[in-house]
Amino acid sequence: MSLIASLRTPRGLITALLLLVLAVLPLLTQAFDQRYLLSIGTRIVIWAIAAISLNMILGYGGMVSFGHAVFFGIGGYAVGILSHHGVASGFVQWPVAIVAATLWAALVGALSLRTRGLYFIMITLAFAQLVFYVGGGLEAYGADDGLNISRSRFPGLIDMRDKASFYWLCFALLCGTLWFCSRFANARFGLVIRGAKSNELRMMALGFPVFRYRLAAFTLSGAFGGLAGILLANEGAYISPAMMSWVKSGDLIVIVVLGGMGTLFGPLYGTIAFFVLEESLKPLLDLLRKGWGEYWQIVFGPMLVLIALYARGGIDSLFGRRHG
Amino acid sequence: MAEPMLAASGLIKRFGGLIATDNVSIDVRPGEIHALIGPNGAGKTTLVSQLTGNMQPDTGTIHFAGRDITHLPMHARVRLGLARSFQITSVLREFTALDNVALAVQAHAGHSFRFLADVRRDESLRGPARRGLEEVGLAARADTPAANLSHGEQRQLEIAMALAGDPRMLLLDEPMAGMGVEESQRMIGFLQGLKDRRGMLLIEHDMDAVFQLADRITVLVYGRAIASGTPAEIRANAEVRQAYLGEGDA
Repeated sequence: MSLIASLRTPRGLITALLLLVLAVLPLLTQAFDQRYLLSIGTRIVIWAIAAISLNMILGYGGMVSFGHAVFFGIGGYAVGILSHHGVASGFVQWPVAIVAATLWAALVGALSLRTRGLYFIMITLAFAQLVFYVGGGLEAYGADDGLNISRSRFPGLIDMRDKASFYWLCFALLCGTLWFCSRFANARFGLVIRGAKSNELRMMALGFPVFRYRLAAFTLSGAFGGLAGILLANEGAYISPAMMSWVKSGDLIVIVVLGGMGTLFGPLYGTIAFFVLEESLKPLLDLLRKGWGEYWQIVFGPMLVLIALYARGGIDSLFGRRHG
Repeated sequence: MAEPMLAASGLIKRFGGLIATDNVSIDVRPGEIHALIGPNGAGKTTLVSQLTGNMQPDTGTIHFAGRDITHLPMHARVRLGLARSFQITSVLREFTALDNVALAVQAHAGHSFRFLADVRRDESLRGPARRGLEEVGLAARADTPAANLSHGEQRQLEIAMALAGDPRMLLLDEPMAGMGVEESQRMIGFLQGLKDRRGMLLIEHDMDAVFQLADRITVLVYGRAIASGTPAEIRANAEVRQAYLGEGDA
């Protein structure tokens, strides 16, 4: 469907408006003097990149990886450790971080993709926990407390300390990730991944070495996850094992399911909904009674159950039927 | 007589104490339809699974086109030209009929590590896929999701997918299962038309179809091949009549 035609559908219109708001978010937060909102907006954009990367394997490929936040950690720690040792250039940090995330994904994928179902979930979780505990044991890099780092430097290109510039960088990378995902899902590679989700035996009987394609998808997904980790470390100028705890991996799955598995924009919808609900439920509950805000997930949980029961395609399915 | 294209010898497959395939040897020559019949539970599907690579035999060897394929994985055997259709319809339900066949074409069109170009605009896949659908008489249903096709149409789609790579041999696991009389007759005619170009191993319950199509028949009972020969020989075989045909199963 052409871009113009897609604007005539409710889904296309909502998505276009959403992207427009995201594109000018720094201007809006400045105009209304709400700097804090820009920080949330930045985290939403970064998390959306991670969620899209998880959706590549979870949504399109049916691979339920329960350790995706590990790529936050690997991307983040690669940047943080290099920065700690005086390597400040993003031109060095970023490629190293992406390569590290890619290699780790290839290794984990090569071992875990030999299993199915619950075993796959458990193995991906186990590998993520392994890295989590290694991170917590790195005394030189703050162990459990984490480490304050200086942001990546791209001299003459972009000042990462400027909140608006950094936001726009993240937004541009989000658009790039969305673009890639839209191509990949309808390219030969994506069709093999989606076909294998639908009927693995059939795909093998057609002559596809399914394992190889799944491994490639898993690795690709890890690379984009690593990118999100780089950005997350730069956003807070801080790394800690908490960024790759299993809770974050769970949040990423929730976001993808909430937004709509195997849809292009679902992970973005899901991330926005997740953060907006978190940020608004907390103060709302605190208004009801001081201290209740901490338990916002008591309200969030039932909402997820409702989505799972009544909107199986997630938020994306609320905008009407999908085409293609 | 031509050399067999597919030759399995001495296949044995045990599940615990049960011998599902008991020292079976079977071969298929180019341009021949070799039918495999036998009562339910005779081990027909287990045998086919070993030929396709879905299962490994405990002992025995399988040769295809002069190569030992006993230990090749399923996808590699398909690439060599050994295609199959499934007994239980196995199509990609959420994809359209055309997408299904196009994927089958894609499987034989080099590697699929292509990340950007839209497959649905790729005439090198869509063209042959459309012709494949035409060949089985499904052209009008090209854009229908496979899940919405009738049972008979899904069986036709199965065949179109199996034929996509222009295989040298087809393993057809009950292609007529669940079809009406008319549909079955059309399928029989279609398979007859295919036979000159490729060998087929046909598993089928419909005895009329088997005796119309087969050049040779092998009868499997309790995992053992109790008889093998021309349709006339099989019809005349006392053991077969007692074990199988006489039961009225057909």
